[in-house]
Amino acid sequence: MNELFEFEEFIEPERYELFETRAGGPVGPSEASSIASQSWTKRDAADAITRRELMTLLGAGLLVYCLAPEADAQESGRGRRGGFGGQGPRDIGAWLHIGEDGKVTVFTGKAEVGQNARTSLGQAVAEELRVPMSAIRVVMGDTELTPYDAGTFGSQTTPRMAPQLHRAAAAARETLIGLAADDWKVDRTALVASDGKIVHKASNRSATYGQLTKGQKLTQTIGADAPVTPASEWKIAGKSARKLNAEDIVTGRHHYSSDIKRPGMVYGKVIRPPSYGAKLANADLNPASSISGAAAFRDGEFIGVVAPDVHAAAKAAEAVKTQWTEVPHASSKELFEILKKESGREGGGRGFGGGGGNNSGSIEAGLSQSDVKLRETYTVAYIAHAPLEPRAAVAEWNGDRLTVWTGTQRPFGVRSELASEFKMPEEKVHVIVPDTGSGYGGKHTGEAALEAARLSKAAGKPVKLIWTREEEFTWAYFRPAGVIEVASGAAKDGKLLAWEFHNYNSGGSAIGSPYGAPNQRIQFHGSQSPLRQGSYRALASTANNFARETHMDELARSLKMDPVEFRLKNLKDTRLRAVLTAAAEQFGWGKSKPASNRGFGIACGTEKGGYVATCAEVECAPVRTAYRSPGAGSRGGAGVRIVRAVTAFECGAIVNPEHLKNQVEGAVMMGIGGAMFEAIQFENGRIVNPRFSKYRIPRFGDAPAFDTILLDRKDLPSAGAGESPIICIAPAIGNAIFDASGVRHRSMPMV
Amino acid sequence: MKQEFTLEVNGAKRQVRAEPDKSLLFVLRDDLDNTGCKYGCGEGQCGACTVLLAGKPVRSCITAVSMAAGKPILTVEGLAKNGKLHPVQEAFIDADAMQCGYCIPGMILSAVSLLQKNPQPTDPQIVQAMQGNVCRCGTYPRITAAIKSASRKMRRAAK
Repeated sequence: MNELFEFEEFIEPERYELFETRAGGPVGPSEASSIASQSWTKRDAADAITRRELMTLLGAGLLVYCLAPEADAQESGRGRRGGFGGQGPRDIGAWLHIGEDGKVTVFTGKAEVGQNARTSLGQAVAEELRVPMSAIRVVMGDTELTPYDAGTFGSQTTPRMAPQLHRAAAAARETLIGLAADDWKVDRTALVASDGKIVHKASNRSATYGQLTKGQKLTQTIGADAPVTPASEWKIAGKSARKLNAEDIVTGRHHYSSDIKRPGMVYGKVIRPPSYGAKLANADLNPASSISGAAAFRDGEFIGVVAPDVHAAAKAAEAVKTQWTEVPHASSKELFEILKKESGREGGGRGFGGGGGNNSGSIEAGLSQSDVKLRETYTVAYIAHAPLEPRAAVAEWNGDRLTVWTGTQRPFGVRSELASEFKMPEEKVHVIVPDTGSGYGGKHTGEAALEAARLSKAAGKPVKLIWTREEEFTWAYFRPAGVIEVASGAAKDGKLLAWEFHNYNSGGSAIGSPYGAPNQRIQFHGSQSPLRQGSYRALASTANNFARETHMDELARSLKMDPVEFRLKNLKDTRLRAVLTAAAEQFGWGKSKPASNRGFGIACGTEKGGYVATCAEVECAPVRTAYRSPGAGSRGGAGVRIVRAVTAFECGAIVNPEHLKNQVEGAVMMGIGGAMFEAIQFENGRIVNPRFSKYRIPRFGDAPAFDTILLDRKDLPSAGAGESPIICIAPAIGNAIFDASGVRHRSMPMV
Repeated sequence: MKQEFTLEVNGAKRQVRAEPDKSLLFVLRDDLDNTGCKYGCGEGQCGACTVLLAGKPVRSCITAVSMAAGKPILTVEGLAKNGKLHPVQEAFIDADAMQCGYCIPGMILSAVSLLQKNPQPTDPQIVQAMQGNVCRCGTYPRITAAIKSASRKMRRAAK
């Protein structure tokens, strides 16, 4: 087993961007380099910062290191799998510091992209240390200050990082109690931590954490078994703490990467090919110099300009004359045939051909016993993440050291990309990730960081590069498109007997069916994608759940059974049953009939430890709307209005109810875009709709009335929740449209 | 050819030298360090760059600096007075009406403008006024709630 393969077992196949070679991709580094192999298979020489350096930086106090659980199990303490697929000297998962002023600083390599990890991780520490949230500062995504982290993806922050911080903070609390016990010569069991102090009630003595750590330089490394507060006793975690930097956001004080300014900084722009795969035939850079202060650079296929401001950079880029040799490229009209046709190809799925493959029994036998049989095909389009902050970076060289501020979900991954590109050791590259203008899985790569660094090196000045919206729509990667074929059979009483499910290209997440069928064949088939594709919020579970839950509705209709009753008959998972029942009850499922032109639809599913069910009510009559999104047709496609969406969600013990509700609503809102109108169109190697005026995303007027029910399971570990609530809205809407109009939609978007 | 312009940003007169067709957005962000207004699309479709020009919300990314000269400009940095947040800013925090926050300055300025014109907007009026502002994180219901809460607070304070 080679090292790469060992890593791959952690990674879903549809995270294509982590495995791509750049040679075939858009303008990028001249040399082909696999991000995955660069990041994970080489031993990482750069231990971000030594413990002594950290203590010097932070001043006196108590510094606690928390071993990553997997690494802790190994004698060497240098576990290959520290963190989420990490390796090298990455035994440390997190650290925190309590200063002489009593301030608590938490260090984690995770990035904040709107999922409120900064706040939820802060709550974990505040909970164990018994301090108010105002005492907590969270340092994130800085390769020189924070421990290595493989990246903020896969809903891993809550299940993996938060427990480590709970342990580190609990250990710190116990150490502080020990310090007080020694000072006061009392038994430690007589002491409690409360509101930033250690208190001895019997003698009415207390000491703040700052007093206890004053003048000390204590370090402590703790293992995976430090005692933590059970969720049932949480007082700060489990409550709706306010977003830590909310005030900076509403006042405009928060600086995203695109807001960073450095002395002497100039603005960059990259000259792109007119179409995918086009090769540079000729370039004349000279006309750029007609723009005052501008300079143009060429390095192989890479051409860029810098200028004193954005306006001049754009003019200089226009002035550069280039000729390109274009190559034939597929169009979106033939997309699904291509995905199907190319799926048999060698290397199509990089060995993931059996993804999710739970095969049992015989489909043929199951179908022959069935009273109702169905065979249908479903499709999903490429869609764009369209984070409101496009890719952006500021790069600055100081001698042989490089500092880059950029918005990415993988600070250390981007550091590896930069080190590889410039053939320099990782410890000479410093990547800083300010809280970022969202990602949704779309910012796992460092394109803007690389481009800004190349331009900065060529120009000898710090360079800021902000991708335009069109660049973001064209040169980032897309949520994979896919074709899903389902064949099924059920007995008259509603018992599923056969379930065959093939996903071509879109991915294997949540491909396994929660419904028990004695005869099953479930497969993911990799393919050759005409467009660059990669991770997207909840990965392929949205596509797989859309096909499955639409098909289940079709089966229920064929059986003349209630869709909820039909699901419950075949569903064993108690957690999934619980959310399905909760959503149906809250919605009033079965209690009332929809008004004329209206319909009800339901869907459920589970992914990454989140259990979700959504009920939708839609209105299909032609409706007049106050606003028409430019470039879009009638509202919601086919004149559909989503009246209300009731979602029940469960992800174990809830960390922050208000923020969780916000994530659930936001995921459903985003899911409406993919369900109803988002689709990337391409032709002749060009994106046809690379603008918000042509690519419609959900707006205020698309928001249904929301009703969100959170089931709190304090007896279960907390799972991440930024992704999974997106997976049920599309089939719920589609099923409701069928209920209202008798029209069945088997494609996302449903236009 | 660059020209001199006098802009009145958040009550202060500021001199800039810029091409007349340079967008107000990049003048505010890069020349005057008001980075609260954001680039999101460059075609006036997302509202992240919204500022109030002579009291009216404009998309600064498609507003030439020459068009803004001499008129009062309000950016999100100018909303809080003497360290006290504007009621709309407070309401956004209280309603947890943000995720990544990138759209929020534009949302807040659109909302401030709406409440100036219509102190007690209905839900459809909020949709109509805010439809040009995109929140990709999907916090629309929370922003609507925040606007209504700010409306109540501001009307109480006005009494």
